Amino acid sequence: MRLRRTGFGLGIAAGLAACGILACGTLAFAILAWRPALAPGGPAEAALSPERIRAGAHLAALGACASCHTAPGGLPYAGGRPIATPYGTLYGTNITPDPETGLGRWSLAAFARALREGVDREGRHLYPAFPYTHYAGLTDADVAALYAFVMSREPVHQVSPPNALPAWLSWRPVLAGWKLLFFRPRPFAPDPGRDAAWNRGAYLAEALGHCGACHSPRNALSAEVTARAYAGGEADGWWAPPLDGASPAPLPWSEDDLVRYLSDWDPRHGGAAGPMRPVVEAHRAVPADEIRALARYVAGLYGPEPRGARRGPVDREPAGDGPALARGRAIYAGACATCHESGGGAAGGVPYTTASLGHRTTLAAPDPRNLILVLRDGIAPREHAPGPIMPAFGAVLTADQTSDLAAYLRARFSAEGPWPDLPGTVRTLMPAAPAPGARAEARP
Amino acid sequence: MREAQHADDAMISLTVNGRSHRVEAAPETPLLYVLRDDLGLDGAKFGCGLGQCGACTVVVDGRAVLSCLTPVAVLEGRAVTTVEGLGSPEAPGPLQAAFIAENAAQCGYCIAGMVMRAHALLSANPHPDEAEIRAAMALNLCRCGTHMRILAAIRRAAARRIAGAAP
Amino acid sequence: MSGPLLSRRTLVVGGALLVGAGLREAALPGAARAAGAAGLPGSLARHPRIDAWIRIGPDGGVTVLTGKSELGQGLRTALIQVAAEELGLAPETLALVTSDTALTPDEGYTAGSHSMQDSATAIRHAAAAARAALAEAAGRRLGLDPAGLSVRGGAVLAPDGRRLPVRDLVAEAALAVAAPAEAPLRDPAAYAVVGRALPRVDIPAKVAGGPAFIQDFRAPGMVHARVVRPPRAGARLADLDAASVAARPGVIRVHRDGDFLAVVAAREYDAVTAMRALAGAARWEGGARLPDPATLFDALAELPAERTLIHEAGADAPAPAGRTVRARYRRHYQMHASIGPSCAVAEFDGTHLTVRSHAQGMFPLRQAIAEMLGLAEARVRCIHHEGSGCYGHNGADDAAADAALLARALPGRPVRVQHTREQEHLWEPYGAAMLTDVSATLDAGGRIAAWDYTVRSPTHLTRPPRAGQLLPARSLAQPFAAPPPKALPQPEGGGDRNAIPLYRLPKARVTHDFVTAMPLRVSALRSLGAYMNVFSIESFLDELAEAAGADPVAFRLAHLDDARARAVVEEAAGRFGWGRALPRGRGAGFAFARYKNLAAYCALAVEVEVARESGRVRLVRAHAAVDAGQVINPHGIRDQIEGGVIQAMSWTLYEAVRFDADGLRSRDWSTYPIARFPDVPDRLDVHLLDRPGAPFLGAGEVAQGPTAAAIANAVRQAAGVRLRELPLRPEHVKAALGA
Ligand code: FES
Ligand code: FES
Repeated sequence: MRLRRTGFGLGIAAGLAACGILACGTLAFAILAWRPALAPGGPAEAALSPERIRAGAHLAALGACASCHTAPGGLPYAGGRPIATPYGTLYGTNITPDPETGLGRWSLAAFARALREGVDREGRHLYPAFPYTHYAGLTDADVAALYAFVMSREPVHQVSPPNALPAWLSWRPVLAGWKLLFFRPRPFAPDPGRDAAWNRGAYLAEALGHCGACHSPRNALSAEVTARAYAGGEADGWWAPPLDGASPAPLPWSEDDLVRYLSDWDPRHGGAAGPMRPVVEAHRAVPADEIRALARYVAGLYGPEPRGARRGPVDREPAGDGPALARGRAIYAGACATCHESGGGAAGGVPYTTASLGHRTTLAAPDPRNLILVLRDGIAPREHAPGPIMPAFGAVLTADQTSDLAAYLRARFSAEGPWPDLPGTVRTLMPAAPAPGARAEARP
Repeated sequence: MREAQHADDAMISLTVNGRSHRVEAAPETPLLYVLRDDLGLDGAKFGCGLGQCGACTVVVDGRAVLSCLTPVAVLEGRAVTTVEGLGSPEAPGPLQAAFIAENAAQCGYCIAGMVMRAHALLSANPHPDEAEIRAAMALNLCRCGTHMRILAAIRRAAARRIAGAAP
Repeated sequence: MSGPLLSRRTLVVGGALLVGAGLREAALPGAARAAGAAGLPGSLARHPRIDAWIRIGPDGGVTVLTGKSELGQGLRTALIQVAAEELGLAPETLALVTSDTALTPDEGYTAGSHSMQDSATAIRHAAAAARAALAEAAGRRLGLDPAGLSVRGGAVLAPDGRRLPVRDLVAEAALAVAAPAEAPLRDPAAYAVVGRALPRVDIPAKVAGGPAFIQDFRAPGMVHARVVRPPRAGARLADLDAASVAARPGVIRVHRDGDFLAVVAAREYDAVTAMRALAGAARWEGGARLPDPATLFDALAELPAERTLIHEAGADAPAPAGRTVRARYRRHYQMHASIGPSCAVAEFDGTHLTVRSHAQGMFPLRQAIAEMLGLAEARVRCIHHEGSGCYGHNGADDAAADAALLARALPGRPVRVQHTREQEHLWEPYGAAMLTDVSATLDAGGRIAAWDYTVRSPTHLTRPPRAGQLLPARSLAQPFAAPPPKALPQPEGGGDRNAIPLYRLPKARVTHDFVTAMPLRVSALRSLGAYMNVFSIESFLDELAEAAGADPVAFRLAHLDDARARAVVEEAAGRFGWGRALPRGRGAGFAFARYKNLAAYCALAVEVEVARESGRVRLVRAHAAVDAGQVINPHGIRDQIEGGVIQAMSWTLYEAVRFDADGLRSRDWSTYPIARFPDVPDRLDVHLLDRPGAPFLGAGEVAQGPTAAAIANAVRQAAGVRLRELPLRPEHVKAALGA
């Protein structure tokens, strides 16, 4: 089982310890840190109208709630998904309406406080892996709809495993210190100068979709650097590309491209992999105008001329004839070209391929991790529905072969220079790669 | 027989089913074609050539690998096992015998790939539970609907190993 | 399977030298043919001579011949069992030759679940007659009554212990005669081989890499070809830079004939890469536009059609009073999607052409290829080799035609053609999109008093024997036009197969609207229209039971008179534990059919689970009860039913051919997903009701329709929603569940 990593926890222990000292030291802090438990309660029947539940369903899809609150292979929203941090592992909570182990005793007020303030019903501060910094902007109506949605799920009695964190981090008032430093809750403010769709998109991206949680850089204490929003970040060990002028995407992202990408697959840029994949998966249940609004807002973030788009797709046989390049070329020709040189899925080639790999942001990225992870793990087929399939090459390519291939792809399909320490990154990400010359095979 | 020589052909050393071979082929040639056309090993099948079906599955150093997308050059010095390496029709190996005992083939086109995928699974995990078997086999397609028989064959082979039968 | 191409019209099998036929009807005196044919069972009626089916070599080796083919259904094993039983010989001593135009009887297609009814029946009688002929010959030698002699272990045994080896009797046993109408068949009660779960004879080679498939066939000097098809049907080759491809290393030739385009190379991988280059070097123009998929069924309802009333009962009876229920059901295009793309090997020696193919009918294929090439049929030989499971008319015939065209262009060299995955998905003929409309009136007692059913469907049969049925023949510079589509008549039917319910319906009308247009190429897909008709009828029966407040199984039994039908229904319900409470989110469903109303009976009870969040349906378990008459090999039938249930589950839950106005979008497994291991049920039990002595009934396709209906009926119970469109899409389930 792979762990999901989020920005939380990337901070430095010393920094958090400093928070702790700060926390212990001031009475004001003690007051701030203490939050009351809210009385148990549940939804009134009227609160769960079918319209509200339906609205909540698509909001939950836009928020990709299931991706953290459902364990792999587990029951929907019953929690248990491991979320790795450098300090230990958190587990997604059970948000089904089970009274003992889920949200069954949560009133709307408790639910709203958790979403917008990061405090659970019992009054405990929540780790910012739960993106309340974004949810703070949610409207009352949307909170009520989300509440109606989760409270109408099938209750599942399932206790999430206890978080595996060091003791000092398990002491929740530390989180109050973090909030004091970094949490500025404010409702979403529409821009009257923009159209309704843009504003809707801005709200979806900023609040519900919490795009910045992955696509914005974080500071030493794991807080999003709001001044550099969308300048690129990371998620789950993957590089999350910038959504601003720093984007190295070889073609500009138009609103139409983003509509296709966010709900399915885009023939000009390719499709989502890694942690973005469940987000796109969730978007399939979202009404088209919501995706369009989101796309309109995000398309605007890139600005007039993003960095990579000036170059267009690159595909030229790299100069030089070193043995590593020749090895990479042969691996590409035998393993990749069948599909990726078929001309592109939209043009009648192998489905879910772009006209060339020169269209892929991944190969123009400053960071080779996404390429290595895709080569290692491939793209698993969607369940029972059309979607890309790519085999995992991690079982056959050695670390050196993976490096040769990645270096060749970089040289052929991007205008960027070689990735620094590519072999080192490959070795880190492929500790179980096959070894060259291994001959022993366990016989059954 | 060659009608024309490729400029970029190379001699590549391969170990297949414990035997060393030297093959003359362009380094990018997918292993599948080398196995079938140069070495006369027809067990691995062409199903899609796109890495989507598993009909071409072989085992390399103990792991299931799709031979249709594996350039032969990357296998220099590595151990390839094909379904022929597990036994013959006359003297099937234990896993193959389990497939025969369970009638685990209809048309049988997918079966060599299934056997090799199962072989890799049982090598890594001799006692898989049902969910593990199904997950491990998920990438291999069968159109005849032989799945229940294939699952039974894998369980049978695993049980035989538990029972301590000689490998 | 390396080795020289077998020399024409001779074949050494099981020690017997078989000399090519000429032993079809023409070899018999006219009178004998007429007499022999009259009343003979199965395919014996068309090929009455014993040695059309059973031949004994000078060394005593016995060869069984069939015009049918092994398609993965276990045919070889079953036919050997039947012959061994009647001959009194051990199964492993028999050789079997399957469909070969130079050697075996012409039994048309291996299709429609006919193999056991036609071929096994003929072989059974011919083998019994051969045994009698051997006993007769031995009796003459020994001066004993043949009735007292037995055949065992390659010899005829006398009660006094004397033993005459079969090989010594070959010359005297009269096999070159028509089988008698009354062959001395063994008593089924004493069967020793038939009815036994003999292991499949073809499986060891398939699990151990032995030569098993046409794809594995090798011949000295064989070359590899790949074809390049247009981007869409009807597109014309406007421009081609053949020279650059012809100059590639290893390429022997680029072949173009009109819009038929292919490349031949000595090595297979060179052919593959040259094919990609050739595709890039070709520019195509035009081609047919496809209908808008969003309005597929509206368009289907409007297409011109020929109407046939295929069943009418109680026409004069007045319309009954009571409650009328109506429904319309839909089915999307679906595909065969064999795991192995189609393949063929052909060789032309300047006068004669040999084609090795996994198509379902060697004789019709020969006719079509002969017409395409303008060769006399006698100069074309088609030999069946196993391929990947086909489930009907897939790309196999087209690959054979591709190979034949290229072999003629390269005389003296065996040419092997294999399609790509994309070609297989894009160019195979699909199973047709269909519509059914049904209404019925329930009387006061909750019984069906009147029934009106219309099935609207394009053809389900565009196979050879016409050259125009072969895809490449339509692209040649001198093209062959596709013949106008034809309906298959009742009682078997095509789109209307199984459209007539087996239930007691005092007043009924069943109409077939045969749609003569064909926007997508379609042909026979396992069970043809039966899949959709049984889905419709058996879903509707549940809708009626619900309207009548009756239990679905009891409701069926209340309308079923056929004792064997009742027996499978009761068996399936009993084994399943019908009526027991199921956990929340689960539901049970039931369905029944007798395939074509004349082959095997199958009742199916299933349990499904519906995931509320996704709307996805999972088949949890299934119990099938099957009556296929006398069981030849219980495992053979079990495997056909298991495979049928799983394949039909995949059709029913996941599969629809995707297309838009520009063309087909289902081009590979990523765009045409099918069931995978995690999707198959936890348990799937098949219960056989053996009928010793009863005629063999084909069971290869009987599970398709019941599976669709049983799943839909179970979804209704699990989730409260009635789905009337195949496949049962999760969105529809989810919508009905209300988010
Ligand atoms: S043939 Fe290799 S995965 Fe299909
Ligand atoms: S047995 Fe035919 S595809 Fe699996």
